[in-house]
Amino acid sequence: MTKTNRSLRTAALLAALMGGVALPAMAETPPNMLVIANRIDDIKTFDPAESFEFAGADVSRNVYEKLVNFDPLDLDAGFQPELAESWEVSEDGTVITFTMAEGHVFASGNPVTAKDAAFSLQRAVKLDKTPSFILTQFGFTPDNVDEMIKATDDKTLVVTLDQKYAVSFVLNCLTATIGGIVDMETVMANETDGDMGSAWLRTNTAGSGPYKVVDWKPNESVLMDLNPSYGGETPAMQRVIVQHIQESATQRLQLERGDIDIARNLSPEDVASIKEQDGLKVVDELKGRLMYWSANQKKEMLTDPKLLEALKWAVDYQGMADSFLNGQYTVHQAFLPLTFLGALTEKPFTYDMDKAKAALAESGYPDCGPIEISVREAQERMDIAQSLQNTWNQLGCDVSLIVGTGAQTLDRYRAREHDIYLGAWGPDYPDPNTNAGTFAVNPDNSDESGNTGYLAWRNAWDIPEMTQDTLAAVVENDTETRAEMYIELQKQHQQVSPFGIMFQQIEQHGMRENVQNFVSGGATTAASYWVVTK
Amino acid sequence: MTHQTLRDWLLTDTPQSRRQASAAAWYAGWLKLKRNTLAMAGLIVLIALILGALCAPLLATQDPFVQDLGARLLAPGTDGHIFGTDSLGRDIWSRLIYGARISLYIVALVAVVAPLLGLIIGTVAGYAGGILDVVLMRFTDIFLAFPRLILALAFVAALGAGIENAVLAISLTAWPPYARIARAETLTIRNSDFIHAIKLQGAGPLRIITRHVWPLCISSLVIRVTLDMAGIILTAAGLGFLGLGAQPPSPEWGAMVSEGRKYILDYWWVATIPGLAIFTISLAFNLLGDGLRDVLDPREAGK
Amino acid sequence: MPRWLRKLLGTVLTIAITLLGLLFVTFMIGRVMPIDPVLAVIGERATQAQYDKVFIELGLDKPLISQFLIYVGDVLQGDFGRSIRTGQLVSDDIKRVFPATLELATLGTLFGVFIGVPLGVLAAVYRGTWIDQLARLVGLVGYSMPIFWLGLVGLLLFYGILGWVAGPGRLGVFYQGIVPERSGLLLLDAAIARDWTVFKDAFSHIILPAGLLGYFSLAYISRMTRSFMLEQLSAEYITTARVKGLSEWNVVWRHAFRNIRIQLVTVIALAYANLLEGSVLTEIIFAWPGIGQYITTSLLANDMNSVLGGTVVIGTIFVGLNIFSDLLYRFFDPRAK
Repeated sequence: MTKTNRSLRTAALLAALMGGVALPAMAETPPNMLVIANRIDDIKTFDPAESFEFAGADVSRNVYEKLVNFDPLDLDAGFQPELAESWEVSEDGTVITFTMAEGHVFASGNPVTAKDAAFSLQRAVKLDKTPSFILTQFGFTPDNVDEMIKATDDKTLVVTLDQKYAVSFVLNCLTATIGGIVDMETVMANETDGDMGSAWLRTNTAGSGPYKVVDWKPNESVLMDLNPSYGGETPAMQRVIVQHIQESATQRLQLERGDIDIARNLSPEDVASIKEQDGLKVVDELKGRLMYWSANQKKEMLTDPKLLEALKWAVDYQGMADSFLNGQYTVHQAFLPLTFLGALTEKPFTYDMDKAKAALAESGYPDCGPIEISVREAQERMDIAQSLQNTWNQLGCDVSLIVGTGAQTLDRYRAREHDIYLGAWGPDYPDPNTNAGTFAVNPDNSDESGNTGYLAWRNAWDIPEMTQDTLAAVVENDTETRAEMYIELQKQHQQVSPFGIMFQQIEQHGMRENVQNFVSGGATTAASYWVVTK
Repeated sequence: MTHQTLRDWLLTDTPQSRRQASAAAWYAGWLKLKRNTLAMAGLIVLIALILGALCAPLLATQDPFVQDLGARLLAPGTDGHIFGTDSLGRDIWSRLIYGARISLYIVALVAVVAPLLGLIIGTVAGYAGGILDVVLMRFTDIFLAFPRLILALAFVAALGAGIENAVLAISLTAWPPYARIARAETLTIRNSDFIHAIKLQGAGPLRIITRHVWPLCISSLVIRVTLDMAGIILTAAGLGFLGLGAQPPSPEWGAMVSEGRKYILDYWWVATIPGLAIFTISLAFNLLGDGLRDVLDPREAGK
Repeated sequence: MPRWLRKLLGTVLTIAITLLGLLFVTFMIGRVMPIDPVLAVIGERATQAQYDKVFIELGLDKPLISQFLIYVGDVLQGDFGRSIRTGQLVSDDIKRVFPATLELATLGTLFGVFIGVPLGVLAAVYRGTWIDQLARLVGLVGYSMPIFWLGLVGLLLFYGILGWVAGPGRLGVFYQGIVPERSGLLLLDAAIARDWTVFKDAFSHIILPAGLLGYFSLAYISRMTRSFMLEQLSAEYITTARVKGLSEWNVVWRHAFRNIRIQLVTVIALAYANLLEGSVLTEIIFAWPGIGQYITTSLLANDMNSVLGGTVVIGTIFVGLNIFSDLLYRFFDPRAK
């Protein structure tokens, strides 16, 4: 027989095999394993001193414990003792002394001491990576941090601040990812070139939390197993796998077929369909992310308060929230997300073309001019941008979209080259100052200052007085008064600012019926897998 | 001249002039093409498409850009939306019709820019010879070694997304084969007697290349371009799909598929219909190109 | 210097220059890209001081040419740098993603060959009949499909509705990490470990994307096969063979087909190279963690170290396969000598 004959036969065999592959209609994940589909392509590192992305924060929260932390089943209660069992504040409010709790052990078997805590916080300040501002805003610098954050013995950690701050502000900041406590001994054993273990901690973890990372394939999956030395109650899920799945439709298919337990990035349409199906459910959670547009005050026309008012009226808030954003965003018009201290629920603007036209007529630019909206290539933002374009065009403005990748759009924004920027903002730490300090603070509006960290600066909005008011709120120790100060600020901000805050995100998690207690962290923190049962 | 005599004139075995001979050759080719049903089908689809694109304002039932958030994701056939509506309530049929303009525009531009680029580089290399030839051809090889879609992506990413930049990027990745063809043709032409004669008359290299070499290269380039049309459409749609081609709200077909992919499970038509449109036009180009190849390259021909 | 040595050196030099050029073009594209690589590293909340620090760490303060030379020097030592996006060494990233693409393209090419070659032969033998027309239509349809769309529809149909194949990705989640990694080719690794459940799962994941890719190379391979066969079938020795009374089967397969084998191998090599580089969109649709997807996502994030590393790998293979088919052709084809 010739070779060709044989190859023909192989082809037939292969064809038969193709037709014969059939999977069981419904698979199921093992009972002690939690499988989650999520977009995790933003993870660059697991190092708490450097990690600053959503998916990274999810991992970090399950791997590292902090001095104080949120209880996943009662997020509204605010920070609770975790590695620190108690703390005392000095009379002048500048020294906080923490007493460490017993029974917390790192995955390596080393007990957690005050020295580890001091090392971790000092390390974060010294490495000076992007999120370090969360700590350095209290006056720590690489030079002084060894003095300012100090373990006086294994049980006592003394933190000295540069001035008095609201204690809630300081402790809220310590619940952020950067407050994660690492195992000093293990980390320093893996140090290379004086990097304080930075390279090693990118891909490895050394925490005392319920899980440890055993495998990470960037853009593919993160695999976590139980931390054998975990001091708390043993979690029901022994293994957690987070798989990177970009498409909502794919996540839904996988959920329907039982390949995964939880799908975290579902579109409104897919959510609607999952709600209808037996054996599946959808759980909503309010998140901290805001969707807003902002007008660059370097552009003459956009500084006109009446024109800005017209633009704010000419946004189809409810129309968007009820159609393509259905269930994923709720209309929200103040810079503090709901569930934050001092959040403002008032929504002064509705979609009202008459008011918009009236305001525009009163402005110095009744014809409106050409306006470019800078937006990144991402479906929901594109949809919002197109809706803005549509309604603002009806005002008579000549609106065009400048679409770019996330990085391109951001570059323009930071260089203050945009007209209108359409973007999202998520809080960095669960304290009102995280947003107030950027939407309503601009210490120096000059180009030279390069204060790109402040959204007010990026829009060239010069507000010396409001800056003072906002900064006054971070030292107010009476929580009631503090909340009141933020509410007043936001009311003013809604009217005069060049920011059009439109929506707050709601995360809709599709899951199998049997999954209980999955909490992705609300507006304040990240996901907690250790309380999940199924 | 009546029709009958025109036909006779074209079919004559003894042409009276060069003009008649070449017209007769074209006519014979046309007759052959006409017998190829598949190629004719492709041609008809393309003519319909071009007419459709020209008359878009007449054929479209609605403004392709106007949104109606109350009438989103309607199924084909509801409320006079032949192909339904998309996620922003825009009429898909109207968007398709206007989108045809974009596709044709891209194809037309690339079909001019890429061969021209290849022609210049190829003829210069072939005519000049020596070190210039080596350098230019090495340059061509470098571009050939690139993954094409990735190169196009890189160019668009560097230039910024948009139709014109997509055209430029596709052209920049498509020219090397044309350069090779043009160079090969030039090498055979360069040493022919008539070029020597023109040289003796004192014509400079620029004049020889543009006036005498180019016209002779063009026919082989045209064949190749026709065959590449479908590929151009698919690449452009691929760029649009990745968000790097025509920008919203422009109704580019690849971008429409990309927008609709989010809804594919429950609202199949939003992504499927523009995808079918891309497939149809690219198949039409392929059928026609294939038929033309049969006519022009007898070695490949079927009976 | 003997002639063959000179020729060999010439070829090596050509490859080197081509690759250097490839690097240079990619490098320059990265530098004119309107994306700030520093921001890609540090994110949008960083301070100016942090920005400046990273700017210098990345060597962006040096002149372009010396940046390029430093890069080439590093590459020659096998150091492709670190990826901004994944935080890992580019060489490690490529080691992880390349086998995925290799597996996909190999299986795709196999489909193309096992279906395309017989189809092409049949079309040539039954030239002009409905079989020929059908083969031609099948091929043209393949050429005309927007693969990103076909992938979507295929996924919807075969995974979503019919459930015949597994979904996107290379392997079901709970099969991950069971089979020890040897070659990185999952099918092969599973077969070596004799773990047929994993093999079956991996196979049901790869079958659809590989089938789609295979369809594209099928179109090309069957067309070329047909054209080669037509040439042979009209040759004199075939007529002689027929006159001698050999069976048609014998004539087609033993004589004509045997003579086009070398030409076919060159075509297949080219089809293979095209699949390796052309799988970008397929990988994106199927969430296939391969090199095409790697390069594309890196590109959009201006993670140029990854893009450069990936492009060099793909470019090298592409050039290599081209030269291979070229040599093969010259070596075996008497007319090319």
